Amino acid sequence: MKILNTALAAALALGAFAAPTLAETKVGFVYVGPIGDGGWTHEHNKGRLAVEEAFGDKVSTSYVENVPEGADAERVLTQMALSGHDVIFTTSFGYMDPTINVAAKFPNVKFEHATGYKRADNVSTYSARFYEGRAALGTIAGHMTESNQIGYIASFPIPEVIRGINSAYIHAKKVNPAVEMKVVWVFSWFDPAKEADAATALIEQGVDVLMQHTDSTAPMAIAEEKGIVAFGQASDMSAFGPNAQMTAIIDDWAPYYIQQVGRAMDGTWTSVDTWDGIAEGMVAFSEFSDKIPADVAAETKALIASMADGSYHPFTGPLNKQDGSAWLAAGETADDGTLAGMGFYVEGITGDIPN
Amino acid sequence: MDLSAINPLVLITTLMIAATPILLAALGELVVEKSGVLNLGVEGMMITGAICGFAIAVETGNPAIGMLAAMVGGAMLSLIFAFLTQILLANQVATGLALTLFGLGLSSLLGQGYVGVKPPSTPKIEIPLLADLPIVGPVLFQHDMVVYFSIFMVVVIWATLKYSRLGLVLRAVGESHDAAHALGYKVVRIRIMAIMFGGAMAGLGGAYLSLVRVPQWVDGMTAGAGWIALAIVVFASWRAGRVLLGAYLFGGVTILQLNLQAAGVNLPVEYLSMSPYLITILVLVIMSAKGGRAALGAPAALGRVFHASS
Repeated sequence: MKILNTALAAALALGAFAAPTLAETKVGFVYVGPIGDGGWTHEHNKGRLAVEEAFGDKVSTSYVENVPEGADAERVLTQMALSGHDVIFTTSFGYMDPTINVAAKFPNVKFEHATGYKRADNVSTYSARFYEGRAALGTIAGHMTESNQIGYIASFPIPEVIRGINSAYIHAKKVNPAVEMKVVWVFSWFDPAKEADAATALIEQGVDVLMQHTDSTAPMAIAEEKGIVAFGQASDMSAFGPNAQMTAIIDDWAPYYIQQVGRAMDGTWTSVDTWDGIAEGMVAFSEFSDKIPADVAAETKALIASMADGSYHPFTGPLNKQDGSAWLAAGETADDGTLAGMGFYVEGITGDIPN
Repeated sequence: MDLSAINPLVLITTLMIAATPILLAALGELVVEKSGVLNLGVEGMMITGAICGFAIAVETGNPAIGMLAAMVGGAMLSLIFAFLTQILLANQVATGLALTLFGLGLSSLLGQGYVGVKPPSTPKIEIPLLADLPIVGPVLFQHDMVVYFSIFMVVVIWATLKYSRLGLVLRAVGESHDAAHALGYKVVRIRIMAIMFGGAMAGLGGAYLSLVRVPQWVDGMTAGAGWIALAIVVFASWRAGRVLLGAYLFGGVTILQLNLQAAGVNLPVEYLSMSPYLITILVLVIMSAKGGRAALGAPAALGRVFHASS
């Protein structure tokens, strides 16, 4: 009895669902932050809810939030696989190795890892071309800054974050050659106090446009308080910065999640590598603030349209690397391989990328 | 590198804000330890205060009521510790650690409905005349009420411990509970009061984090601030004035490293992030190298269980 109780408690504690019917497909989600972070995890959870809505009684979903990247993730993944989940979405870069390790032990469970690059027969990877969104944000930022200083709160020095910084800088510079980018690394995806302090430090040093690649809404709240311009990250953050937010990049995972769960249900699921952008709708924008001048909004919307129809690539030469060496010749566009492993700044950005 | 971008005046203003939560918690712990009790549950009391204050401030729309609720919440949690260690005579170190774990879990449960909610903003109070002074005015006299309160409490605690009868009794209990008991002082009652005071101060420190500094509720948002408060009490050799110094030093290093990054100083970021903790360890090592507990100024009965045998 005692053992039963303990087992029951453990099952409940891990959010595992009791007694699924046989026809039901169980879908699990592992989140790096709380679902109420107002950013990254919030949008993944919206995707989860969309899956529930799309398939109704035929699926049951569960999630575990605040899962640290590392050994803990492996424990949570194993527990999910053991408790009968058919598809498991792991939604942060740092879950890459844990996902691959656990997937090797459970060949019948289908794993979907976000933003990584390691795949297996039962592990797909998916990501969004956030750098397309950053190009639009950089364009607005370049126009909006009066001090010509853009602040960028960065999380970890991984290719996805570095791509974002480069794309934002290239497009800000294009419309405003005097622009400078100040990058602060906080080494966390989610640490509101530190993100808030970083935002304050940047603003004090003359930054009047703030971009972030961290998950909390704290920088937006600080930008609102100090009366500067900022951009939402991953989700619409206007509730925290009704005046500050110019627009936000919205990660729309719902269509992809519905598609992959559907494939798992009808048996057509295979390991794929998906990297979708504005064209497919995975990268979207929240409503533009009316504080953006009409001509800037029009210019940005034209840029977004050109990325959507494929006529423009955000990384189009001539571009040099930070050390001045040539990267892309005039008219040449970056290939996905280089972008996926990007570990360098483009020319003009000061400072070093930490190891 | 452009160090001129760092404005020292603004830096001082922000470091005061960054230091206030740990200053409040450390002041509370100072009083607790002066009474001879070692409560390692500061982190748990802070985070409980953070959610209590946040929830009540959101419900009432009044940050001041929220701050009061945070103090009540922190004090209530510390009562568990007081009951276990003073009545049931449990081990203080183990109970304190348990209190931290309990507080983190409890706050996460209480905070379920408050994730992503925006709290009412805490107004800044500009002290008339003084706020208009050049340089000093904006730096020192344009803060919110909690910052003034924390500095006010430094003075109050210093004066009380040094000059008042209450302070003398508290110190007597902390130095030798047997002697204090023989003189007829209620050792357990005094210690419970001190523990509750410590809980209230830690709770307020936590609420300052969730209501002013971030301002948002997030699971585990104190992120180790309670442990730093504990270290600062030792760093300060149990003196109120040095607690202020220690807290501002720590706040200063944290803010400075972010500012140096923003100014593009070419230092490895990992070391900058580490620096506040390194300095804390370094100070502790230097101070403890000078001698034993007595040389540090630790209360003689700190952490010892009191049992009235007669």
